[in-house]
This record gives sequence, structure tokens and C-alpha cells, in this order.
Amino acid sequence: MADVLVSLRYLSRDFHSRAGLFGERRVLRAVNDVSLDIATGQVTGVVGESGCGKSTLARLVLRLLDASGGKVMFDGIDLGSLPARRLRKLRQRMQMVFQDPYSAIDPRYSIREALLEPLQVQGIRLARGEAAAKVDRLMDVVGLSRKMAEAYPHQLSGGQKQRIGIARALILQPSFLVLDEPTASLDVSIQAQVINLLEGLKTEYGLTYLFISHDLGLVRYFCDRVVVMYLGRIVETMPAKNAAPRHPYTRALLDSNFEPDPAKRRVVTRLSGEIPSAFDLPPGCAFAARCPRASELCRHERPELIASANDHSTACHHPIDQQ
Amino acid sequence: MALLSVRDLSITIGRMQPLDRISFDLGKGEILGVVGESGSGKSLTAMSVMGLLPLIRGRITSGQVLFDGIDLTRLKEKEYRALRGRRIALITQNPMTSLDPVLTVGSQIDQVSRLHLGLVPAEAKARSIDLMQQLRISEAEVVHDQYPHQLSGGMKQRIVIAMALAADPDLIIADEPTTALDVTIQAQIMQILVELVRDRGLALMLITHDMGVVAQTCDRVVVLYAGRVAERNTVTEIFAAPQHPYTRALIGCIPRTASQPGSLTGIPGMVPSVLDYPSGCRFHPRCALAQAVCCDTVPPLEPVGVGGLTGCGLAACHFAGESAPAKGMRHG
Repeated sequence: MADVLVSLRYLSRDFHSRAGLFGERRVLRAVNDVSLDIATGQVTGVVGESGCGKSTLARLVLRLLDASGGKVMFDGIDLGSLPARRLRKLRQRMQMVFQDPYSAIDPRYSIREALLEPLQVQGIRLARGEAAAKVDRLMDVVGLSRKMAEAYPHQLSGGQKQRIGIARALILQPSFLVLDEPTASLDVSIQAQVINLLEGLKTEYGLTYLFISHDLGLVRYFCDRVVVMYLGRIVETMPAKNAAPRHPYTRALLDSNFEPDPAKRRVVTRLSGEIPSAFDLPPGCAFAARCPRASELCRHERPELIASANDHSTACHHPIDQQ
Repeated sequence: MALLSVRDLSITIGRMQPLDRISFDLGKGEILGVVGESGSGKSLTAMSVMGLLPLIRGRITSGQVLFDGIDLTRLKEKEYRALRGRRIALITQNPMTSLDPVLTVGSQIDQVSRLHLGLVPAEAKARSIDLMQQLRISEAEVVHDQYPHQLSGGMKQRIVIAMALAADPDLIIADEPTTALDVTIQAQIMQILVELVRDRGLALMLITHDMGVVAQTCDRVVVLYAGRVAERNTVTEIFAAPQHPYTRALIGCIPRTASQPGSLTGIPGMVPSVLDYPSGCRFHPRCALAQAVCCDTVPPLEPVGVGGLTGCGLAACHFAGESAPAKGMRHG
């Protein structure tokens, strides 16, 4: 396996809530005991449905949120132990692209100002000509016209805004990007453009990506390694994009994908029921209530994530056999 | 004869003309996919059929919308009201906008059959619960008395579908019915919707931007681009031999399991604004095949013949059927 750039160990995050003013205090564990190595130069994809903790995970990895337990190592440095100043400095090397390009950019900033904001935050001063050249180059890199730098966010389409979001993440020349559903709010045609752009940038600048998505089809297309989450935990990590899933949940996600081929029509899913509330998780496997393979064992004992051959790990008592 | 026949429909909203001579037919027991990117006119087509254009100050300027032989464009609002919800039902993208938050979901389904079928409350309730069970809502009696905020998004969308079915309509228009839902829930609901439509022999007009959903569910497809029909054909032929470069590009936007890296081409540029439609073929600025003629002349919607297949397909392209030059369209 290639060098590890980011390494997560037993990472957890709790959120507290109260049902009404005098209600009972409740704890929601959004991310639960997640360990994961992100290899340099690879695209690691995290996939799951809403409430599986994937966006919380994205924020924990950059320490935009503090972990309740466990740690994040970036290039050998423990982020949790860093003082704010040094963390900010280190953020030059790791940046995030957000799902919603509409709220990620301040509407009062021109595109040029928005692009240069990360430099200000980092206290990096550039000569005027240098800054202008940098903006021009970034606009070229993300495939927008240089004139657009004078525009304001409301004048841009969703796809253009997302390109700006990517450009802004790149201005500090990071080596690691966390992409939190960067195409979820875009049309499929624009999604394909943005994915193409990200593919090109990765090759050109040798970037490492953590790609968060709900779309297993897209993740399997774009990512070198696929991590599947369900209710805060990793249930499966697949080494290669075309690996056959062993966890019934991954299988169900794959079956829910609508293949664009009318000759391959099929019953899309055998899955029933909905995701249980993260507040009161069942004692055993969180997926047991919806799982066609569930047994008594699954309802009482939670399966551990166990690695098999080829770096393929599954947390399931009754994994699907590979032919 | 087709149950719904839209013929040369053009509409205006103020000075804008967002739909230009849209035509398609939809028969009983059929599922028609209406596809295109945002801004291609899919939802406006649905609103035109539902007679909802006045809400956005829109007006049908020419063409007909024939439903079971009745020209809907000539109906008075009162006559329309007798059809809407009764014979033509609408399922919208966001279930929260279709449900009243202060009424129980059951009473909202009951209302439909009481109003349109004249059922007494007890009959209506029994009917609603039966429908909810057909939509695989477990403990339907309990859910019947719950409020929308107590239900998940998937459950709310099932309630909206139950409301649509409550008056036994002939035609259902579903505008991106599962876009707001999680993938596994989306698959469940699409499947239930399609089964119900097939079992009851209803006509379904399914509006979507997802060619994957179209491939898995529809019989026939209308591809819209910038307010015009780009291509129309059976689902098999649309996917086997897309004639319009736009259709081909849309299909190419969906990652397939076996896709190679870099094979997702995307479509360069974006859908033009209705205030600024290009001359000639409206797709020409984004099209790899475009020539001078595409910029000057609007391509007519003409029959396309594919290798001996029965030609019910139409495409509006000067170079219909020609494949794209081997030129990468990377980085937009």
C-alpha cells in the first residue's frame, strides 16, 4: 500500500440534544469508532445515506469539529494536540470543498475577494500583481473565464460556483482535499464536468482526496477505495472500485443504483424499512432490522470490522460469499 | 388513442417563451419519461398539463393539450378543478410542500376521496388505509393519525402518492418524485410507484433528470432541451441508438459500474437562460458536432430510422445519428 497521508484511529463524535426544554438529555453518536488510512495520491470514497455520519467525519478529519474520542494524524502530526495557531498553519495543506456552493461563498464578496480570502486568513501578503496573477491562473485551472473574477456569487450558476469553491480550496496549494458531496446539488451534466475537473487536478497536482458522497455509482467510478458507512460506523471498506460487496448493506446500495441500461432492468431493491434513529441504536448490528440475512446473532451482538484478503474489510456476521 | 396528447404546445410568461412547440403522446398503462437538465422546461410542461400556469402568470399561446379527447387549454378554471386531483394527479418533488403540517396525514388522504368520490368519512378512512398498505406503510392505522412532522421523508412521499391515488386518477404526473430522498428509499418508492401504475393501468408522466431512472422504469422518453423537444423515442431505442447529441451526452453523464476513469464526458457549458436562447439549434454552443447550419437554422423534429426498427422516433438535429468526433471534452 502507498504511503499514508491521513490516518484516523478510533474516531468518535457525540452530539447532545434535549427533547424540549425539560426533556431528557440524549446523546447521538454521529461517528463511532472509525479507523481509516487515507493513502497519498489516492481517492478514498466514503459513501452512505443521510445520518450515517459521513459529513461529520469530513469535518473531524480537518478538525473543523473536535473529536469526542480517538485521533486524526495528518502526515504524522496529531491534529487533536495542535494549538490553534499551528493548526491554522497546517490547514494550508488540507482544504475542504463544501456541498452547497451557494452558502460556502460570502454573497458580498466578489469572486476575486472570495478566492483571496484564504490567503488573508493565513496572513499571507502578496503584491497586487502577484495576487492578480494567482487569481487568473486559478480561474484557468478550474475552467472559468478570467473576467468572471469580478462577478458576484449570485451571478454564477451552481456549477460555476462549485468551480470557485474548488479554486478557493486550491489557492493555498494543499496536498489533501476533503470533498463533501461536491456535486450533490448539481445537474448530472454539471456533475460530470466537476468530476472531470477533479480528476484532472488530482493528476496534475498529485492531490489526495477524501470524497464523501451518497451515490455509490459515482464513488465506484471516481474512487480508488470505497468506504461504506451506516449509522456512524464503517460497515465495509472495499479495496478496488469493482470489488464485489460482501456486506448486505453495500449490496443494497448497489442494487438501489439505477443502471442507465433498459436491457438490464431488474427489481431494484429487496430492502425494506428505513434507517433507524441514531438516538436509540439497537444493541446488535445497526442494519439488522432491514437486512435480509439477519439472524438472532445479528440482533444481539455487533459484528466487528474484520479484514479479509486483499484489504477488504467487512463488519457482518453473514457476509455475502464471493464467487 | 393516447390518453394524453400534447400537440405543439407553446407558452409564454411575460416576454419569455420557455416552451416552444412541445409534442408528445402518453397512452394508458404507459410510463413516459420527460428528461432534461434544470431549465429545460420539464416542470413547466407538467404545470401546463395541470392547468397551473396562471399561478406563475404563464399563458398557453398555441397548441393543444388533449386529455381523453378534451382540450384542456379551453377549460374554464371550474371545469379544470373537477379534473385536477380526480382524473389527473400530481406528485411533487418535495413532500413537505404537498402536505398540510397541521392536519393528520390520514385526514389529508381521506379528503381527496371524500371530495372527489363523495365517500363518507368511514369509507374514506378505510380506503386510505388500504392504499397506505398497498404502498407498504407498516401499521397504516397508526400512521393514519400522525402528523407530517412525525414521519420520515420517504414515508411522507408515500403519503403524497397515496393522496395522488385516492381519487382513482387516470393520469399521474410525477415531478422528480424521489430526488429529495435517500438512495435506498428512492429505489423502494420508485419500485412501488411503477408497480401500482402498471397494476392499475394508469398513465404516468415521470419528470426526471436521471437517465438511470428512465432506463429502469419508462416505456417512452421525451428529451427536452431549452424548451424544445430534442428527441422522442422508445426507451430501448433511446438508449441503444440515441440520435440527438444531447441525448447521447445526457446518457454519458451517468457513471456506470464498468466505466473507465476519464470516461465521464459531461456536457460543456450550461443550459442557456430563457432570456438568451441561442439562434438555430439551441444546443449548438455545447455540441461537439455543431456546424454553421446549426447556428443558423432551427432543425425540424424529424423521423429517425434506425436499422430496420419501426420508426416512431423523432429527433431535432441536422446531424441526427452521427457520432461525436473523437475529441475529449475534458475540463469543460
